[in-house]
Amino acid sequence: MKRVIEVENLVKQFGNFTAVNNLTFSVAKGEIFGLLGANGAGKTTTIRMLCGLLLPTSGKITVAGYDAFTQPEQIRASIGYMSQKFSLYSDLTVWENIRFFGGIYGLWGRELKLRTSELVDEFKMNEFRDVMVESLPLGWRQRVSLAVSMVHKPPIIFLDEPTSGVDPIARRMFWETIHHISLQGTTVMVTTHYMDEAEYCHTLLIMVDGMIQALGKPDELKSKHAVESMNELFLSLARNSNANMM
Amino acid sequence: MKRILIILQKEFIQIFRNKTILPIIFVLPIVQLLILANAATQEMKSIRLAIVDSDHSPESRSLINAFSHSKFYTHIPVEGGVNVSIEQIDFGKADAVILIPKGFGEYLIEGTPVNVQLMLNAINITSAALTHSYTSGIIQNFASSIGMETINVTSSKPSIRHWYNPELNYKLYMVPGILVVLVTIVGMFLTAINIVREKELGTIEQVNVTPIKPYQFIVGKLVPFWIIALIELSFGLIIAKIVFNLTIVGSIPLLFGFAALYLIVALGLGLILSTSASNQQQVMFMVFFFMIVFLMLSGLFTPTESMPQWAVLFNKINPLYYFMKVNRMLILKGSEFSNLWDSFVAISIIALLTIFVAIKRYHKSV
Repeated sequence: MKRVIEVENLVKQFGNFTAVNNLTFSVAKGEIFGLLGANGAGKTTTIRMLCGLLLPTSGKITVAGYDAFTQPEQIRASIGYMSQKFSLYSDLTVWENIRFFGGIYGLWGRELKLRTSELVDEFKMNEFRDVMVESLPLGWRQRVSLAVSMVHKPPIIFLDEPTSGVDPIARRMFWETIHHISLQGTTVMVTTHYMDEAEYCHTLLIMVDGMIQALGKPDELKSKHAVESMNELFLSLARNSNANMM
Repeated sequence: MKRILIILQKEFIQIFRNKTILPIIFVLPIVQLLILANAATQEMKSIRLAIVDSDHSPESRSLINAFSHSKFYTHIPVEGGVNVSIEQIDFGKADAVILIPKGFGEYLIEGTPVNVQLMLNAINITSAALTHSYTSGIIQNFASSIGMETINVTSSKPSIRHWYNPELNYKLYMVPGILVVLVTIVGMFLTAINIVREKELGTIEQVNVTPIKPYQFIVGKLVPFWIIALIELSFGLIIAKIVFNLTIVGSIPLLFGFAALYLIVALGLGLILSTSASNQQQVMFMVFFFMIVFLMLSGLFTPTESMPQWAVLFNKINPLYYFMKVNRMLILKGSEFSNLWDSFVAISIIALLTIFVAIKRYHKSV
């Protein structure tokens, strides 16, 4: 299988604090790759480095075949990113937000208009298309964010805690969309701290204190650690980490 | 280019949707011009003048008449001699006293030089200097009207004529300066706050993750406020025309040409400051700090020529100094480009530097 993301010995330090400690992993094309961990485990830092928002302290990153240090602009053109914090323009409508980001990614004129209405249809947002984003419920805002991250049809999208704070029904819908995107061949890297969501991922990387604690397919990980559910797996790994710390 | 247009479209939608910014853009110039131009005036009106006439000749009476006819003076009748009139100053009842000596008329008829003494209350140096210059002017006029060049005002100076602003109308002097302040505030604050706001909301991150080039983002951010500030300038000039009857003597295209260059500096500075701030309070304080320093040294209130050497040197890089100077020269004096080209060169160099630094300071990753 073709590897679209490769990370080797990735380190990020903020002063004396090591947020990401020597990560090495790769992601295959079309995969839903889940990055799990408690708050402060280094998930967001990792994803921000992969997107070119944060410069790594050391290590090697290749995304879509481009090197993060020498070809950051090529990487930016091939990825979509949905931030943990809602970061669309709340004083613009759904339509205007999608159109703006489409334009920034280089679409123009008819092409831009077509792509915008295509996304509005695809995400079933027709009744909201002229509504200001600020007056949408959170679940819908997250859908708009996802649509925006896909406006330039990127081969890879990064979703940083896309479902935090969203109600269970909206979460369910959101994951159906992610599944759908992955079936079309788009690689999805997603961070979460909901363990039920971890089951939907093809590959999981569980981070504890900036390090890899477990990496593999959900079923493999469960049988390897002899646990029934992701929740148990996560708790046992976290407990080990606490024991190590003591 | 297309990306820049897309940013422009978005910025203008947001500006027109904003319920506070738009009114401020149009209310600000009216309020500033009306209040500041009137409050900051140093014009002399109703100078209280006491004249001690020791001659009682037709000539001395016609000199007194010359003052009575001037709208700048309120005549205070004095009974008694010099001492009484000096008391008028002591008690704060008069601003100036003129002493017409005995034999004034006769000397004039003979054609002999004659002295008239002027005493001034100089507690406020500025108003004393102005009173001195007004009063000397009237006496000189009187002298030439009767075909004499022979009246000296004691401690008099060479005849002074105020060109370009003959009545020393302080408002006319202040208005071009206030327009400079206005355009700077609108440009610099709006730019700085706009970008810091995107930082605060996190929207800038969604932009930084796209392949947009720093110069495209910066141009797209600057152009809307550049246009607004130029509209603001036109609006201010129209108000100045209506309210103060201020006519632009010089070339209007030249004025807007310089303003356009100057605004690149003002907006660029706002942008540079916004890259160093993480929230709106910080950037407001920074902009305010730079504004005050630039403004105080720019010559808005005090002539730059009389500032200490370091301030004169600093003004070489002070964009407000150039705009203040050029604005006054163009509006009041009607200077030609041949007299302004050095300011044009200076502001262009500063503009290029500012934009260069702004683009360098804007990083998409941290």
